[in-house]
Formats: sequence, structure tokens, C-alpha cells
Amino acid sequence: MAHFEKATGMRDWLNQRLAIDKVEKVMASEYWIPKNINFLWAMGMVLAITFALLLVSGIFLLMYYQPNVETAFDSVNYTIMQEVEFGWLWRHVHAVAASVVFLIIYIHMLTGIYYGSYKKGREMIWISGMLLFVTFSAEAFSGYMLPWGQMSYWAGMVITNLFAAGSLELNGVVEWIRGDYVPGQAFLGRFFMLHVLLLPLAIIALIGIHFAALRIPHVNNQDGEEFDFDVESKKYLAGKKKESKVIRFANDFMSKDMFVVSIFLMFFFYLVFWQYGFAMDPVNFDPADGLVTPAHIYPEWYFLWSYEILRPFSRDVGLIAFAFAQVIFFALPFLDRSPNVAAANRRGIAFALWFWLMVIDLIVLTAMGKLPPEGIFNDIGLYAALGFFVLWIALPIITKFEKKL
Amino acid sequence: MGKAFGAVAGVGAVGSLIAMKQTWDPLPSVKAAGFSTIDLSLIPENELVVEKWRGKPIFILKKTAEMVASQESEDAARDIIIGDAHYLVVIALCTHLGCIPAYRDAKKDFKCACHGGEFNVSGRVTKSPPPSPLVIPPYKLDGHIVLLGEEGPEYKKMKEAGVVA
Repeated sequence: MAHFEKATGMRDWLNQRLAIDKVEKVMASEYWIPKNINFLWAMGMVLAITFALLLVSGIFLLMYYQPNVETAFDSVNYTIMQEVEFGWLWRHVHAVAASVVFLIIYIHMLTGIYYGSYKKGREMIWISGMLLFVTFSAEAFSGYMLPWGQMSYWAGMVITNLFAAGSLELNGVVEWIRGDYVPGQAFLGRFFMLHVLLLPLAIIALIGIHFAALRIPHVNNQDGEEFDFDVESKKYLAGKKKESKVIRFANDFMSKDMFVVSIFLMFFFYLVFWQYGFAMDPVNFDPADGLVTPAHIYPEWYFLWSYEILRPFSRDVGLIAFAFAQVIFFALPFLDRSPNVAAANRRGIAFALWFWLMVIDLIVLTAMGKLPPEGIFNDIGLYAALGFFVLWIALPIITKFEKKL
Repeated sequence: MGKAFGAVAGVGAVGSLIAMKQTWDPLPSVKAAGFSTIDLSLIPENELVVEKWRGKPIFILKKTAEMVASQESEDAARDIIIGDAHYLVVIALCTHLGCIPAYRDAKKDFKCACHGGEFNVSGRVTKSPPPSPLVIPPYKLDGHIVLLGEEGPEYKKMKEAGVVA
């Protein structure tokens, strides 16, 4: 048995049993972050804070929400919104955070792509991050079902129909997912479970893996510079802070992080208090009705780009294109054949052009996904969808010929 | 030892997966509610009646004599015929993305407002994007009564003829 001595105080008592000083060093004060970074490196913390906001507001909503097809709509739109004190606050925080979290995820992803933070040992950071993106998407979709409005119902209908896999007509699979011929009580009950238990558990586990994946390769820096963290941290600890290329995670880096987080939170609560409408589709304020379809069925803004990849093609081709779009970002570390870890603008014109064309293409797809599929919008949507594939096919080729920096 | 342990654990894992899969199957009460009966003799001519089957809307239209006389054989193959009365009975969801089309009395056809698809009075596509005709639900005839949710001889004949999938 380990040897314990009479503790000199509370801290020593805990140290003997939990090694809290050592844990603090490993997790914070001697976890090293490069100096040459910018505000985009704070997006991870912004996401963590947004997830916390979702969790806390969700806990309060959960106490009054009723997962029953008869009462769900009123439990949200009457009980929570009218009766519960500050019920509106939790709902608007939850809805706005669910929308904004995707904006930050996209910025976080594009930052990673721009600076090449997905290769040379950082592949698992990228892959665990993509798994988080997929799980967040499922979380967003399952949450969207819960108010049981018209958009909930019809989005549930259309999205579960995708699992029939087009001409394969796997209607049994669709009915199994729904537990019914159409979205009903069984459907609402299981999506409620997924939304409040299984998927949040998966997200928390994946966040743990995502952070763990950072420890060995360390976070990337603006210049893609590779340096020895042991050497640099020793310099720092020896007092040569100016000379050292690293800073402590806490409190040095955290204080910068928290500055960005506070700017973000001002913007966030401005949205919550004055501009929450964008996160609440008016169509979803009609209760679910299986006998009336809304005139336009469209997803929330963050799914529009992949929806637009599905839409311009015939059913089967569209489904294959959609499936491709969902998984192709996972393969990024392996499709980028260049050894360079550097900002896109320093990797040569080809990759810089690829990056910005991808950004523009995603924005165009998003815009076209929202517009009705008529006339010129149809054509723009089709070419933007085709452009998405051309860019992915071009990636291994242009990066193969990239000059080594 | 390892193999024996693995085998026992494997059996347990497969067993639990089966239990989990079946827990998600539609409940017997849901399946039992999967039938609707409709008395077709009460349906007026050229007037669209909307019924419900398995939570989905069903269009029922009794065709007029002109409609029957002027239709092609592919259209006639989709009719439910009782005596000399011809009925259209289809699931009222566009086969494109599942919106509900509207009946246009002037043109005697269906138009889907979502993406502009059109179907003729027999539910066949006259304007894309729908990939296939409106779906005829499984049915069984008993005199004037049609039972939706069970495959009767007339439905099976349609199936053999390739009218329904």
C-alpha cells in the first residue's frame, strides 16, 4: 500500500491522494501553446463555451418539455414560452446557440484547412473533429424534431426517407428508424432520447478524444513551424520568456482565449435578446400535420450546402452526391498530397485558389439551397454542386505538384 | 481461454443487438392501426376525397365517363374497377420529396407546389422532377369496400403487370 503522511494542509492532503498539483501542470500551466497564433486559435474555446450554453439551457428546457405528440408543441410554445419564468430565455439561448455553433464549427474547420492543421501527425485531430461535426449535425436534427411543428414533422419525413436509398426502396429501414409508417410517437420518443442522452454523451466523449489528439502533435501555429516543445518550454521555465516560442495554456493562452470568448458572447447575447428570429423558423410555429405539406421544405442554414448538392440531380445520383459530400471532408488529410504545413497563401497559387474556391462554392451552395429551385437558381446550384466534386478531384493532383517549402 | 471468453461475449453482443433492433421495430399497435377501410360507393364523381392511411394522405377520385373513355391503357391499368366505376386510389405524396400535390379541376390533373411536378388524373408523371407515378397503396376489395394495407388479388394482378412496385 502506498505510504501516506500526516498532511500539512488541505492542498497537501489532496496532493497525496489526487496529485492535483501535477494534474494542474499537465492540463494547464505546463501545457504549451505556440506564440505565433491569432484569434482564430480561440474558436475551440468558443465552441466549448457554446456547448456549455447548450447544455445548461437544455437542462432547463428538459424540465418542462414533454416528448409526446399530443403535448410536445404546447409544452414548448405555451408552457416554456408563456408560463415558465425565463422559459423564453432558455429556449432562445438554446436555439441561437444551436445555429451559431455551426457558424463557429465552419470557421474552426476552414481555419484548420487554411493553415494545414490536419497533417503530419495531426490527422486524428481532424478526424475526431469531423466525427464531432457529424454528431453535432445529428444532435441538431434530432433537436429540431422536438417542438413537433410542421418543419419538424416534414424535415423528419424527408430526412428519414433518404434512408430508403433511392431506387433500392428500403422502406423497411425507414419504417424501422421511425418505428411507424410516418413520424409519430415512437419517432418523437426515440429522437428525444437521442437528443438528450445518447448524442450528448457521444459528443462529450468525442470532445475528450479531440483534446487528447492534440497533446502529442500539439496545436499548429500560423507559420506551420515545427519546433521542439521540450526545448522551448525549458526556455520558458528558465525565465527566458521572450526567447521561448511557447506560452502556458493557463493562464497565458486562456486569457487571450477568454478575450475572444467575451467578444463572441457580446455578439451571442445580442442575437439572443434582439435577433433570435433567424433561429426560429416561422413554419415551425404551426403544429405538425401529416395531411398538409409546407410550400417549401428546406433545412436550417448550416445544412443548406449539402442539401443543395442533393437537389439538382435525379434521385439516385443526388443521393450518391449527398453521401459523398457528407464523408469527403474526412479524407482531407489523405487527399492533400503535399508535405507542406503552411498557410494556404504561402503554399503557392494552386492551393490558395483551391481554398478560396471551396469557400466561395460552399457559400454559393448555401445561398442556392435556400432559394426556390427555379430557372437560373437551378443552373447556378447545379454548377456549384459540380464544382464541389471538381475541387475534390483536383485536390490530390494540385497538391502532388506543389513545391516543397 | 481467450477464445472461449470471446465466444461467450460475442453471443451476448449479438443477442443484445437483436434485442435493440427489435425494440425499435414498429409496435404491434402501430401495425394493427395500419389498415383503413373506405366505402367507394359513397365517393362522388370527379370530386377529390382525401382519406388517411398509416398517417399518410390518400387521394380517392371517381373518374367521369369522359375520363375513362379518353384514357390510355397505361392509365386504365392503374384504375380500381368496381362494376363500371373507375377509381383512382393513390398515396397523396409526391414521389419526388414527399409534398402533397393539389388537384386542378380545370386541367383534371395534380400539381405539386414544392418543385413543380405534375401528374395526370391516373397519377402518372406528366412533368418532372418526380421520378415515378403516385404510389397505389396495397388494397383488397370486398364489394364496394376497399381495405388499405392488405394485398388482395386485384392488387397482386397490378403487381404482376408492373403497375405497382
